[in-house]
Amino acid sequence: MLEIRNLVKAFGGVRATDDVTLTFETASLTAIIGPNGAGKSTFFNQLSGAIRPDSGEIRLDGQNLVGLRIGEIVRRGVGRAFQVASIFPSLTVEETLLAAVSAHHRHAGRLGTRFPLASTRAHAGHCVAMVGLHDKRHILSANLSHGDQKLLDIALALVLEPRVLLLDEPTAGMGPEERWRVIDKVHELWERQKMTVVFIEHDMDIVFKIAPSIRVLSYGRVLAEGTPQQIRTNPAVIEAYLGSEHEVAA
Amino acid sequence: MTRPALRDAALALAGFLVLAILPLITSSSALIDFVIRCAALGLFATSLNLLVGYGGMVSFGHGLFFGMGAYSFGILMQRTGMPIPLAVLLTLCISALVALVVGAICVRLKEIYFAFVTLAFQMLVHSMIIAWVPVTGGDQGLRGGIPRPAFLGINLSDQKQLYLFSAALLVLGLLAMRHIVSSPFGYALRMVRDNATRAGFLGINVYRTRLTAFVLAGAFASLGGVIMSLFVSGAYPEFAFWTMSGEAVFIVMLGGTANFLGPLVGTGILLLLNDFVTRTAEHHGLVLGSVILLFALGLRKGLLDFVMEWLAARRTRDAATPAPVAVKGTST
Ligand SMILES: Nc1ncnc2c1ncn2[C@@H]1O[C@H](COP(=O)(O)OP(=O)(O)OP(=O)(O)O)[C@@H](O)[C@H]1O
Ligand SMILES: [Mg+2]
Repeated sequence: MLEIRNLVKAFGGVRATDDVTLTFETASLTAIIGPNGAGKSTFFNQLSGAIRPDSGEIRLDGQNLVGLRIGEIVRRGVGRAFQVASIFPSLTVEETLLAAVSAHHRHAGRLGTRFPLASTRAHAGHCVAMVGLHDKRHILSANLSHGDQKLLDIALALVLEPRVLLLDEPTAGMGPEERWRVIDKVHELWERQKMTVVFIEHDMDIVFKIAPSIRVLSYGRVLAEGTPQQIRTNPAVIEAYLGSEHEVAA
Repeated sequence: MTRPALRDAALALAGFLVLAILPLITSSSALIDFVIRCAALGLFATSLNLLVGYGGMVSFGHGLFFGMGAYSFGILMQRTGMPIPLAVLLTLCISALVALVVGAICVRLKEIYFAFVTLAFQMLVHSMIIAWVPVTGGDQGLRGGIPRPAFLGINLSDQKQLYLFSAALLVLGLLAMRHIVSSPFGYALRMVRDNATRAGFLGINVYRTRLTAFVLAGAFASLGGVIMSLFVSGAYPEFAFWTMSGEAVFIVMLGGTANFLGPLVGTGILLLLNDFVTRTAEHHGLVLGSVILLFALGLRKGLLDFVMEWLAARRTRDAATPAPVAVKGTST
C-alpha cells in the first residue's frame, strides 16, 4: 500500500502540492486527473524522489520514502514513466533494455566484459515482450512511433521490477488509435503483473473506461476521489474540470 | 572470449601485420614517419572521441593529456633512465591521476561550461610548462633528446623499430578502447550521453560514469603523447597548447564520431592535408578552412560516418525483405 500524508510542495508562491493525503491500495489501478498545472506531475516527482517535498509523508508498505535518493526509491519498488517519453534515442529497443537491466544488476561500471552480459538477456527480453515491442526490438529508439516510445519508457520502468508503477500521461500526444493500443497494454500489464499502477490521464473516455478508481487534483489539492460513477456526477469536479476541460482534453 | 571480442582481436592483429609488412614493401621514410604520427594523433583523437562521441562531453582541453604524456615520459626517461615500458606505464598512471582531479571538477558541468573549464585547465598546465623551466625547459621545450635504453631486444633509436613499437601501441590502444566502448560501462556511458536523467532513474551513477570516461580518455591521450615525444625526441609546450585540443576536435569532426575508427580516418585525412597542402599551397589556412566547411556544411558529418550510412542505406534498398537497419547518428 502506498500512503501519502499531508504532502506539501511549493515553488515560490505556487503551492503545487497543497496538503495532499491519498492512499493507493496494493495492486490497484488508479487514474489521476485534473486541469493543466494542477500539480499532477509534481506529485509524481515527489513519489519517485525526483524532487523533495517540503513536508509530509510518503510510505510504501509502511516504509518511509521521503528524503531517500532516487536510486534508493527505485530499489524500494517505485518505477515511473515520464510525461515526455524519456528514452535513449541512439540505442535500439533491445540495447536500451539490455543496458537498463545491466544497470539494474549493478553492472553499469563493468569494463572487463563485453556487452551484453548473458545474464541480462532473459529479463530484458521479458520486459520488451511485456509492452509488446518484441518485433521492433532492432529499431532505433529515435525512429519508434510516439506510442512505442512511451511503451519503451514503460518497459524501462518495468526493468526495475517495481511494486508501484507511476505513469505520467502514457497517452499524451497520440492519435486515438495509438492511445487505445497503449492504454490496453497498460491495462493488460496491471492485470498480469499484480502491481499498483497509478496513471495521470487527460482523456476522460480512457479514464472512465479503464480506471476502477479515480483521484482528482486541482490547484495542488485533492478535489475528489471515488469510482468513475462518483466522479462523473461530482458537482465540484464538473465545475473545476469536466465542464470546462473535457472538450479541450479529448 | 565472445565472438565480437575475437573478431576485434583478429582485426587488430591483421592491422598490425599490414603495418609490419609495409616497410618491407617500400622503404620510404616519409611513409614511416606518417604512420608514427598517425599512431600518436590517432590514439589522441580516438581517446577524445570516448568523451565526445560516446560520452557527449565536448572537451576543448584534451591536449592537456597529450602534453602530459609527452612531458611525463620525456622527463622520466631523462631523469631516471628507467626501462621504457615502466616509464610508459607510469606516464599512463600520472595522466590518469591528473585526469581524475581535473575530471572531478569538470564532469559535473553542463556542455559549454565543461568545454571552457577543460580549456582553462589546459591553459593552466600550459603556463606551468612554460614557467617551470628547470624541469620542463620552458618555452624551449624538453631538449637534449630522450634516452632509449634497449628493452626486450628492442632499440627505439632505430627508426624502423620505433615504427613497429608505435604501430603496436596504436593497435593495442585502439583495441583497449574498442573493448571499453563495447563493455557494459560503454553502454552506460551512451545512456548518460543520451539521457542522463533517465540513466539516473535506472540506477546508473552519472557522475562516476562520466568521470571514469574522462580518466580513461586522459590516459589514452597520454599514450599518444608518449609516441609523439619519441618521434620528435623531446616535448614542446605546443603539445599542451589549446591548438592541440582544437586539432583533435577537428580530426574527430573530419572522421566522424559515430564509428569507432572515425577519428583514425580523420587523423589520416588531416595529416595528408597538412603534408600536401603546406608543401604545395601558399595559403594553406584557406585550404584547410575550405575542407572544414565542406565537411560541416556538405556532408554534415565525418567521412567515415558518411560512408557507413551510405552503405547501410544501400543495404536496406537491396534487401528483399527490408529489415530495419539502424542508421545511427551517434557512437554505437
Ligand atoms: N520545477 C518547477 N519550478 C517552478 N514551478 C514549477 C516547477 N514544476 C512545476 N511547477 C509549477 O507547479 C504547478 C504544477 O505543475 P505540474 O507540472 O505538476 O502540473 P500538471 O498537473 O502535471 O500539469 P499538466 O497537466 O500540464 O502536465 C504549475 O503551476 C507549474 O508551473
Ligand atoms: Mg504534468
